[in-house]
Amino acid sequence: MLRIPCPHCGVRDYTEFRYAGDASKSRPSLEITDVKTWHDHVFLFDNPKGMHQEYWQHVQGCRQWLVLERDTSTNTVSRAWFARQGKSS
Amino acid sequence: MTGTRLTKGGRIDRSATLQFQLEGRRFTGYAGDTLASALLANGIRVFGRSFKYHRPRGILASGIQEPNALMTVGTGSRRIPNLPATSVELYDGLVCERQNGWPSVDFDIGSVFGLFARFLSAGFYYKTFIGPTRGSWMFYERWIRRAAGLGRATHEPDSARYDHRHHHTDVLVIGSGPAGLAAALAAGRAGSRVLLVEQDSMAGGSLLDSPIGTDDDQLRSALLAQLVALPTVQILTHTSVFGLYDGLAAGMVERRPVIQGVSAPSEVLHIVRANQIIHATGALEQPLLFGNNDRPGVMLAGAVRAHLHRYALRLGDEVVVVTNHDSAWSAAFDLADAGARVTVVDERPAPNADLLQGAKDRAIAVRVHTVATRVFGSNGVKALEVRDAESGAVARIACDLVAMSGGWIPTVQLTTHGGVRTVFNPTLGVHVAGPMAAGQSIAGAASGDPTDPLKQGHAVGVRAAQALGFSADAGLAPESAWSSVPLMTTRTSASLPAQSKVFIDFQSDVTLSDMHVSLEDGFESPEHLKRYTALGMATDQGKSSHYNGLTTLSALRGQAMGALGTTTHRPPYTPVTVGVLAGRSVGLHFRATRRTPMHEWHMANGVTMIEAGPWFRPWYYRWAGADVGSAYIEEMRVVRSRVGLSDVSSLGKIELTGPDVGIFLDRVYVNGFSSLAVGKARYGVMLNDDGTVLDDGTTARLGEHRYFLTTTTAQAGEVMSWLEFLLQTVWPDLRVQAVSVTDRWAAMSLAGPYARDVLARALPEIDVSNAALPHMGVMERQIGEMPVRIGRLSFSGELAYEVYVPADYGVGMWEHLLAVGADVGIRPYGLEALASLRIEKGHVAGIELDHRNTLRDLGLGKMGSRAKSYIGRALSERSELVDTQRWSLVGLELVEPAGKLRGGAILFAKDEPIQGHGRGYITSVTWSTVHERLIALALYRGGLNHVGEEIVCAYPLRGEQVRARIVSPMFIDPAGERLHA
Repeated sequence: MLRIPCPHCGVRDYTEFRYAGDASKSRPSLEITDVKTWHDHVFLFDNPKGMHQEYWQHVQGCRQWLVLERDTSTNTVSRAWFARQGKSS
Repeated sequence: MTGTRLTKGGRIDRSATLQFQLEGRRFTGYAGDTLASALLANGIRVFGRSFKYHRPRGILASGIQEPNALMTVGTGSRRIPNLPATSVELYDGLVCERQNGWPSVDFDIGSVFGLFARFLSAGFYYKTFIGPTRGSWMFYERWIRRAAGLGRATHEPDSARYDHRHHHTDVLVIGSGPAGLAAALAAGRAGSRVLLVEQDSMAGGSLLDSPIGTDDDQLRSALLAQLVALPTVQILTHTSVFGLYDGLAAGMVERRPVIQGVSAPSEVLHIVRANQIIHATGALEQPLLFGNNDRPGVMLAGAVRAHLHRYALRLGDEVVVVTNHDSAWSAAFDLADAGARVTVVDERPAPNADLLQGAKDRAIAVRVHTVATRVFGSNGVKALEVRDAESGAVARIACDLVAMSGGWIPTVQLTTHGGVRTVFNPTLGVHVAGPMAAGQSIAGAASGDPTDPLKQGHAVGVRAAQALGFSADAGLAPESAWSSVPLMTTRTSASLPAQSKVFIDFQSDVTLSDMHVSLEDGFESPEHLKRYTALGMATDQGKSSHYNGLTTLSALRGQAMGALGTTTHRPPYTPVTVGVLAGRSVGLHFRATRRTPMHEWHMANGVTMIEAGPWFRPWYYRWAGADVGSAYIEEMRVVRSRVGLSDVSSLGKIELTGPDVGIFLDRVYVNGFSSLAVGKARYGVMLNDDGTVLDDGTTARLGEHRYFLTTTTAQAGEVMSWLEFLLQTVWPDLRVQAVSVTDRWAAMSLAGPYARDVLARALPEIDVSNAALPHMGVMERQIGEMPVRIGRLSFSGELAYEVYVPADYGVGMWEHLLAVGADVGIRPYGLEALASLRIEKGHVAGIELDHRNTLRDLGLGKMGSRAKSYIGRALSERSELVDTQRWSLVGLELVEPAGKLRGGAILFAKDEPIQGHGRGYITSVTWSTVHERLIALALYRGGLNHVGEEIVCAYPLRGEQVRARIVSPMFIDPAGERLHA
């Protein structure tokens, strides 16, 4: 049972959250119409072993989108912050 | 083995007699008995037939370790199969039966399988059912499946009650033997909250196997008394930790004792989130390998001793204790003290002199440097054949009970769940837990360290509490003369027995010769061996077999244990019923359900409901017909000819406020919304990043900075999360607030030629004339206390209004509209008619919005703005997505009156062979009340370029092929005259 330290609600079970993928990628601006840029953003993902930043939303709590740092090899969660604060707050 | 219940001693209450039944025979036992001990006391020796060979089996072990004595307990809807008799607490009125014997366990025809054993050896299934012999599997399958197996569950719905409980604790201590008790006491005294969990019916672990009044027993009582006095310590007995999960979470099942006439949950699933976990799980005694080591009357020495002291059962008069280490000698001594004639057979040339003296004092015959080779007897033990390791001389010792012990292995299954790998310790000769992960520690026999478990437990208890900042005085480690530490021994594997019928896995019926076969067939690694032979894969998860398998493999391959590797332990450690995992989430409570504000009205007025995601929505009403097939057509007719009222409260509703809402929606939707006038609504479509359609719906502008967005019922949650993602992570600079108001508003759709007439009369305060409220017009009004929002929006293609009132006013408004419209024949209509009306109109819905179709595929290509950028635009212009040969939306008309159009039918060109994926498929079908025929929406390659062509709709599941014509998907009112009326 992954436990996620929500900066608003406190430590909660992961079942209260939804996982939403890699948070380390930069989303292209809407003004960019280049298909390849968008293709790479939407379809190409790394599958890193070790520390990883990922998006989780506290859907059954404060509804805030979080960036979570998780070690993919041990499932150790180190910290989480509001996604609106940017990449590494 | 004759078995005598001693007249005194044991942890049973002789004053509390319990009645129970085995296969119709009545027996009595005592409170404190297990089902196993009660049956043993009544002279039952054969507890079941083995899985494959149908060999008679008795009790091997005690507690949850037992592989043989699986029984079916209870009757009717409470019938539970495959319970180890050694862990079932006896209760008054218990009814049980033995398993896997026909016609009975005592006289079992299936035992002829034993004669065909060589055909049922390792890899039997793989070899027989692949290749040329496959045909014989078809022939024998039913017969074999019937013969091989375990007990049968009930087919009735489970009438037991199950509960779930959640715990948060500082320190979870698993196991209440000496190490666990000491750890819990230390952690509790230091000030932390402690949860101590024990799978047995009483706390104490191995201390319970010693007679009452001895040092062990007094130690147990003293430690328990101190623990109970600590307010921070909670003790859960009858509770087995079956799995350890990420985040120091543990899953545990508490089996509640059955008390006749008392209705209580039979099992409780405890989910524990701990900050520290202490493993004090003890050790498991392992069998020795010799011929017929599975006969009833061959037991683990520890289990014999446990039955003697705990249940006052002396299970043999003539006992041979056979072992390779010290711990089994105490069983020999205790049995002799209880009056049995005992022989000890020890593999070692020179056991400890104290042991030899103890044996001499008790007139126990001792044979050293001697191994057991085979057992004589079938339904019980008659004699044990032994061989002198030095001289090779063979002797036969008459006996009725063989108590064996091949050593103890640490119980490290749970630490493995927690991510700690086991490592081989050559000094101890067993695998032990490797370096513990953060927040976990291990103590006592489980750690493999045979020194004082009390000191170990105390130390880890103090450390666990300190790690969490609790530093109150934990006192000193308890002291005691207690010394019966289970001994780990290096299992000698040099001289594997030459006998056949040497059982390694009792429950899966895996023998030594099966292991030979597996190796000959090339399945040599522990992981391969396990899967080829099923070793360790039975319900006992190899608790008394997997390690013997490993040491035997090591011997057969001539490879050191440390180099061999092990298999991985995974949850569950003990079997878990599906019922307890489900808990109360059964039937209507299987998942959360949502009801609209008018739900009760529908129920009282002849509705048949349908589940749409979590929602219950009216499907059809009985006024229109007895079944959906006739009812929805009547409901459609009312809407097309008069007026109908439909509950659309389940639509997703999102209120957006702020100066930048227009900009935000321009980015989210393919079409523009910043240009939308206040008091107007617009149909909008949003795309996924990959260019496919995400959702559609109408969005109204209620004020300069206020929009009201609706989504489909199915995608409401998805869209809300998506908008929140965009606002919080992509454009946090936009001044927009998004709030889900789905539950705040009751929504109803009033549709049909008389819609305005009814609305105008129902709400005379409001001007709903065509001029005041044109098509796609929206207004917000206040009627007394009640706010009301009316949008002239149509899904059906008729003149229609969506009326929104706060949820509490929903039923009132609904009844009011029906009452006012009664004179023009208003009727409620359900989802089936709603969805059919939109097919006639050619509107796409959830079934077409399947995240695989583009705007163009759905005939909405013109909606995409050329003037602005929006989400999904870049990838919607991928070459694959703009290919004109993609499947796109068309209408279909059936051209043969007798045929049927079916959703999912595969479409082919007229003279094309019917094979493969075809040119598309039918998404939605309805009877058209306008055209009086079946019509459909479909996706077809090349789409509307093929209008007028006749095609074939194939439905291979029913062998049907019907002809249809491709037409415009807009079956009615292409000019929109009804909408604008």
